[in-house]
Amino acid sequence: MISLHLKKLPATREVSLLILAYLYLPILVLIVYSFNANRSATVWTEFSFAWYGRILANPSIQTAALNSIIVATIATVCATAIALLAALATYRPFYGQKMVEGGINLPLILPEIVTAVATLLLFMALGIKLGLMTVIVAHIGFCIPFAYLPIRARLNDLDKSLLEAANDLYANPWQVFRRVTLPLLWPAVLSGAVLAFVVSLDDFIMTFFVAGPGSTTLPVYIFSAIKAGVTPEINAISTLMLVISIVLVVLAFWLGQRGKQQ
Amino acid sequence: MKVKSMRLAISGLALSCFTAFSAHAAEPKELFFYNWTDYYPVDLLAKFEKETGIKVTMDGYDSNETLLAKLQAGGAAYDVIVPSQSIMQTLIKQDLLLEIDTPTLSNFQYVKGPFRDPAFDPGRKFSAPYLWGTTGFSYDSARVPGGKLDDSWKEFFEPRKELQGQLAALDTSSSVINAASHYLNVDECTENPQEAKRILELLQKQKPFLKMYSSDNTVDRMASGEVIMMQNWNGSTARATLQKNTIKYVYPREGVAMFQDNFAVPKSAPHPDNAKVFIDWMMKPENAAAVSNAIAYANGIQSDGLLDPKWKVMDAINMPEAYASRLRPEKECSNKARELQDRIWSKLKG
Amino acid sequence: MSVSSTSPSLNRALLLSPVVLTLLALIAIPLGIMGYISLLPRNTYGGVDWQAQWQLESYVQLFFQEGFDGELELNWVYAQALLRSVLQAGGTTVLCFLFGFPVALWMSSLTPRRRNLMVLLITIPFWTNLLIRNYAWLIILREQGWVAQTLNALFPSAGGITLLYNDFAVSIGLVYSFLPFMILPIYSTLEKLDWRLVEAAYDLGANRWHALRRIILPLSMPGVIAGALLVFVPSLGAFITPAILGGGKTLMIGNLIQQQFGTARNWPLGSSLSFLLLGILLLSLVLYALYSRSAAKTLNRGAKA
Repeated sequence: MISLHLKKLPATREVSLLILAYLYLPILVLIVYSFNANRSATVWTEFSFAWYGRILANPSIQTAALNSIIVATIATVCATAIALLAALATYRPFYGQKMVEGGINLPLILPEIVTAVATLLLFMALGIKLGLMTVIVAHIGFCIPFAYLPIRARLNDLDKSLLEAANDLYANPWQVFRRVTLPLLWPAVLSGAVLAFVVSLDDFIMTFFVAGPGSTTLPVYIFSAIKAGVTPEINAISTLMLVISIVLVVLAFWLGQRGKQQ
Repeated sequence: MKVKSMRLAISGLALSCFTAFSAHAAEPKELFFYNWTDYYPVDLLAKFEKETGIKVTMDGYDSNETLLAKLQAGGAAYDVIVPSQSIMQTLIKQDLLLEIDTPTLSNFQYVKGPFRDPAFDPGRKFSAPYLWGTTGFSYDSARVPGGKLDDSWKEFFEPRKELQGQLAALDTSSSVINAASHYLNVDECTENPQEAKRILELLQKQKPFLKMYSSDNTVDRMASGEVIMMQNWNGSTARATLQKNTIKYVYPREGVAMFQDNFAVPKSAPHPDNAKVFIDWMMKPENAAAVSNAIAYANGIQSDGLLDPKWKVMDAINMPEAYASRLRPEKECSNKARELQDRIWSKLKG
Repeated sequence: MSVSSTSPSLNRALLLSPVVLTLLALIAIPLGIMGYISLLPRNTYGGVDWQAQWQLESYVQLFFQEGFDGELELNWVYAQALLRSVLQAGGTTVLCFLFGFPVALWMSSLTPRRRNLMVLLITIPFWTNLLIRNYAWLIILREQGWVAQTLNALFPSAGGITLLYNDFAVSIGLVYSFLPFMILPIYSTLEKLDWRLVEAAYDLGANRWHALRRIILPLSMPGVIAGALLVFVPSLGAFITPAILGGGKTLMIGNLIQQQFGTARNWPLGSSLSFLLLGILLLSLVLYALYSRSAAKTLNRGAKA
């Protein structure tokens, strides 16, 4: 084991802490203003829980938040699974590798508005009714490269002889995958999944076009509500979403740790 | 075993045929409502559900173009939509709306005279009036020399020295170009390149004085004092006035764009009968007033007596009769005019 | 019979089929539709005339435009918007790398437990909506805000520093939006880095700066490239942050495309603009691939020598 101090470079710690502060400053502002009594997200008056109460009385905002979580969760799981398989297929060189990889990353380079309008036209041409299902399918499409890139980058650096040795040791590929490949890839799979989740949770344009009755997500709601201004109600639901996400992820982490120990 | 499952399948099929048939006779008690976001009070939906037993699912959009794209693509199964008058003709001519013959609905009697037979929908065959408003400008009288601005677009396009750098325009090409056209006294939908050039020159001269172009956060922007003057909607101004009572709204004498939003039913609506029940219900004065009181825009129903006193005192919501001649209903421009507008906007920002 | 005894190419095909099918349906076919639209005239009511003859007008419009005086003139507006967007995206990528690399490096020096915690800490702020985050910056940077007030109190001679509605605000917002997309991929390669190489370098008398430049940076290149791609491309199309924090006075290529599908109701032009953007991105990717191949060759030669 290499001693940890070797890895430490001067000032990286200080820079990192500053960056963390930079990342959390707006979040702090957001949370503080969700307790603002005034119907304004920019002028502070006094402390109040009123806006959290308002959320309880606003079914549109509740459905939107729930839809967002459903869509992001399903899209992340599917996209990460597809991306993992794709990464395993592409890390060894083969004829046409560059083309396949380029294709996988294509959703990244397309302006979203274009894919959005085109996807809408596709669904219509196929006669598919717009709803939560169409939103999820569309999200899987643009989440794939976000999950794929970290996994692929990690596979690149993995010791390939390790995988080969595993192939010789275990009877079937499923065992290799479960006992060797997946544990080795796990950090990358996790960061890929987290990226995909974030991207899906934040998507607005695509969702806007392919959503049908009852499938409005939170970003869509917020984007169109913002004409009049960000209300503390929106800040409050964002804070709640943050809390829910954190609880979910901590739970998943905890379960993962327990699974590993067994 | 096989026989049993077959019997089950057949009875299932029969059952589904039966439900499909009965669905024709009476629609399920639900309604899909597609409206501008934050443009309808949620508690009023609860009241509707209680009175009629119809459960409403409401979704929001932010521009007529989004609505248009979804309807043109077909398959977006909404029952009630809220198009502005500027896309009504497009919707009607493209055969996207269901004829609901609004005057036959019982509460049509309460619709105000000017809203009964609009040019964009003669005879109100396809639509019923919802809210209407104007796009003028607002200013904070406490921060303006002399406490008052002239009711002219000149104040906005050629701002006084004290206000330069302290004003904002909307970030919507049509709103900005409409206002400029009214000031220059040219047609909003001009197809004349020379007139378009004049509009562009006016806007280019104004641009350095602007703090920003933005259509977001309009209420807060005035209320927080980030700008002293801005192009604004009347309803948004009224909400800001509630927070800061020195904010005033101007109906410029050169003309002020007026938008009118309407209820309509798409041809593809899954529950057209429920849609009619809803539209009729919304023409009841008490319900129309409930919307105006919550959203801060005037409606087209005889309900002025029920308007909240806090809005009644504001010119922004309760427009003085004298300004009626200044209203310029928004038009639907030709493709050629639209192209010119797009060119003005791209060059202005380029 | 186990699958492993089947041919590797069959295996690969099986593994690839989900992604190929998904992308074919969600990207290739829609792109085809888009390309078709760009060749059609628009109809009177927005949308396009599906039955019409093919034409190239929307592509001509990219470069030439009828001036207000009636004659065709070169159209610089789109080129300017494109250039502005490229510069902005490039700047954002460089800044994200400068700030993100030290963070990734520091993360990889922590104990595994803390590393996972850091991954979480880095991503948590991004579970809130993009717009909301931008508005939070609006509150922080505004004139009456404490940051601007403090700065102006400290430097009264600067004559009123404004932090909002300029390039500074836009950079803050964009870097903020894309930083984790740089940090995480770099981190995942650094995490796997063979630190014995670094140790060897130290033993050979390299100082930390040398070790960083000669060993750590080259070895983390796959992560850096993945990160750069994840930052550069989305920020090229970004227009919401520039609109909110930059004051909406300039057009980005993203705005232009949006506008064509929105108020301008000119789908063909919107499509051809998208293809222009796509073409430029593909070109730069190809150039990059060529460059990295030749760079790899030189590196190999150097290693052999």
